[in-house]
Amino acid sequence: MTPASQPLLSVENLTVTFPGESGRVPVVDGVAFAIGRGETLALVGESGSGKSITALALMRLIPKPGRIEPGSRIRFAGRDVLEMDVPEIRAFRGADVAMIFQEPMTSLNPVVPVGAQVAEAVRLHEPVSMAAARARALETFALVGIPDPQQRLDAYPHQLSGGLKQRVMIAMALAMRPKLLVADEPTTALDATIRAQILAVIRDVARRTGTAVLIITHDFGVVNEVADRVAVMYAGQIVEEGTRHELLRAPRHPYTQGLLRSIPRPEARGGRLEEIKGIVPRPGHWPQGCRFHPRCPYVFARCREQWPVRRSVSATQGAWCHLLDEEAAP
Amino acid sequence: MTILTKDALLEVRGLRVWFPVKTGVLQRTSHHVRAVDDVDLTLRPGETLALVGESGCGKSTVGRSILGLLEPSAGNIWFRGSNLTLMPGKERQRLRRHIQVVMQDPASALDPRMTVRDCIAEGLDSFQIGADAQERTERVADLMRQVNLDPESMWRYPHEFSGGQRQRVCIARALAVDPTLLICDEATSALDVSIQAQILNLLGDLQKARGLTYLFITHDLGLVRYFATRVAVMYLGRIVETGRTERIFADPRHPYTQALLASVPSLDPDRRSETKPLVMADIPSPAHPPTGCHYHPRCAVRLPHCDAQVPEAVPLADGICRCVRAGAP
Repeated sequence: MTPASQPLLSVENLTVTFPGESGRVPVVDGVAFAIGRGETLALVGESGSGKSITALALMRLIPKPGRIEPGSRIRFAGRDVLEMDVPEIRAFRGADVAMIFQEPMTSLNPVVPVGAQVAEAVRLHEPVSMAAARARALETFALVGIPDPQQRLDAYPHQLSGGLKQRVMIAMALAMRPKLLVADEPTTALDATIRAQILAVIRDVARRTGTAVLIITHDFGVVNEVADRVAVMYAGQIVEEGTRHELLRAPRHPYTQGLLRSIPRPEARGGRLEEIKGIVPRPGHWPQGCRFHPRCPYVFARCREQWPVRRSVSATQGAWCHLLDEEAAP
Repeated sequence: MTILTKDALLEVRGLRVWFPVKTGVLQRTSHHVRAVDDVDLTLRPGETLALVGESGCGKSTVGRSILGLLEPSAGNIWFRGSNLTLMPGKERQRLRRHIQVVMQDPASALDPRMTVRDCIAEGLDSFQIGADAQERTERVADLMRQVNLDPESMWRYPHEFSGGQRQRVCIARALAVDPTLLICDEATSALDVSIQAQILNLLGDLQKARGLTYLFITHDLGLVRYFATRVAVMYLGRIVETGRTERIFADPRHPYTQALLASVPSLDPDRRSETKPLVMADIPSPAHPPTGCHYHPRCAVRLPHCDAQVPEAVPLADGICRCVRAGAP
């Protein structure tokens, strides 16, 4: 549930499947969320949670033989993304929604200067002159804090450091002035001091340009740096959602609680870390009932049989956990 | 400088690893990448030393030199008082059994065509530990129990295990030859958050049970604070600061250590990091490091001569700091 009455993006019942040994296997299973204009949502999860596939599905970039199942709904600024024809979806990608990936090294063309790559991307979506596109590239280079932007336009990717390449990728995404920026683990490949800078750039640019951001991450440190709201995914489903403050201060799902406690923190020094037992289940091997139940310290009979429904904790926080039903019961 | 620390387990002195860069048709050496430049380290028995730095700082190269996977260009490595660098190959091989490694990526560290039993028994075979295959299999089963793996699964292949389980296999394999020193090179970086805690707890338990000494090579400062007794901070091939973990986190002396600590993302929703988005300085390449103090182009408090002189190691109560300001209060 978003605070805005008319969300920029709304996703309902999103289900993505891939073929498995015995029929199609869901990787994303009935996911629903919304993002308001100018809002930053973090989608948090471990490997195999379906968070990256969810991001790709928004742009209809699910690699074959993957498939978005009928019944899924994705609406963007009042338009049905899943009904768009090929020219429409091409225009939608880049102009409305732009994406940045984890590996800036493999996303740039090594034999074209970076300024020309950004200008080219602009001209792909807008009928502007090369000079105007180059001016736009210069403007966005400055926006994302690339030092000496004029000179850097003519640099080749190999002449730039990892942090600078990621800034170029962000500049390229923003040059089309999208309404939504999707960032999939944008800082995972970067060093600590550079990571902090890139997160600050994303936060700063989102605020200054009013761009909404969907950030995909496994790192609650990243969540705290950039997100307004957070949705936690486990085994293809959202298990908890809420504001940044709510989830970091008072998580209600045992999985969110466990994740936060298992991060090494100075207070716990010397003692044992709290661990979540067991392994992260792979798609196709998801347990019955609540998918977290085999690893949950509070598991009881109903958890093994029934998938819990969303329980509201506040106007903005909700969790899919039977424990909250127990508490609500008289 | 060859004053050895009393009862040190491992002593690294003046370690230098320079890689030649060859250019032109004649492949002449034009310059060197100074991956590791005059590094001193001391490990005492039973402690955990964290070697911290960003990618390209040379921290893994230090680890590889200690393991004997790289020939240092200069410097000495003493292990239990014997100089590994001067030792004949056979003897060195025998001593190096006591130094084992767990690496970042368990998927590529294990041979996909070998069963987990054979992966773990490899060291037993090469050092001829255990009388026969039967006895080695029993040892493998015992090792698997120690790392909380089911010994029944020893005849399966690595790909049938999850990432966390594969890392447990790697730990069992490292422990098979009963080492004294375990080098963990980003051993938990590739794992999921919930699995990382399991592996860190396991490493902590094994350290207590076996009295192991750890060299923890990592970029993750949260982990360092939790796990390490002492810290050495590396920047572009040089150690810039060493000290006890508590002191490094409470009172970092080197401007780079300070910047590194400031970049640790907070989990407190009322406190976001204070990085200014537009203040941007890149990490220079180790092939062309800056003159003088390597950190000077990024340093906010540099003095006029910092670009000319390599700072001396200023002794602190619990370590050293290579910064001209370190002596000043």
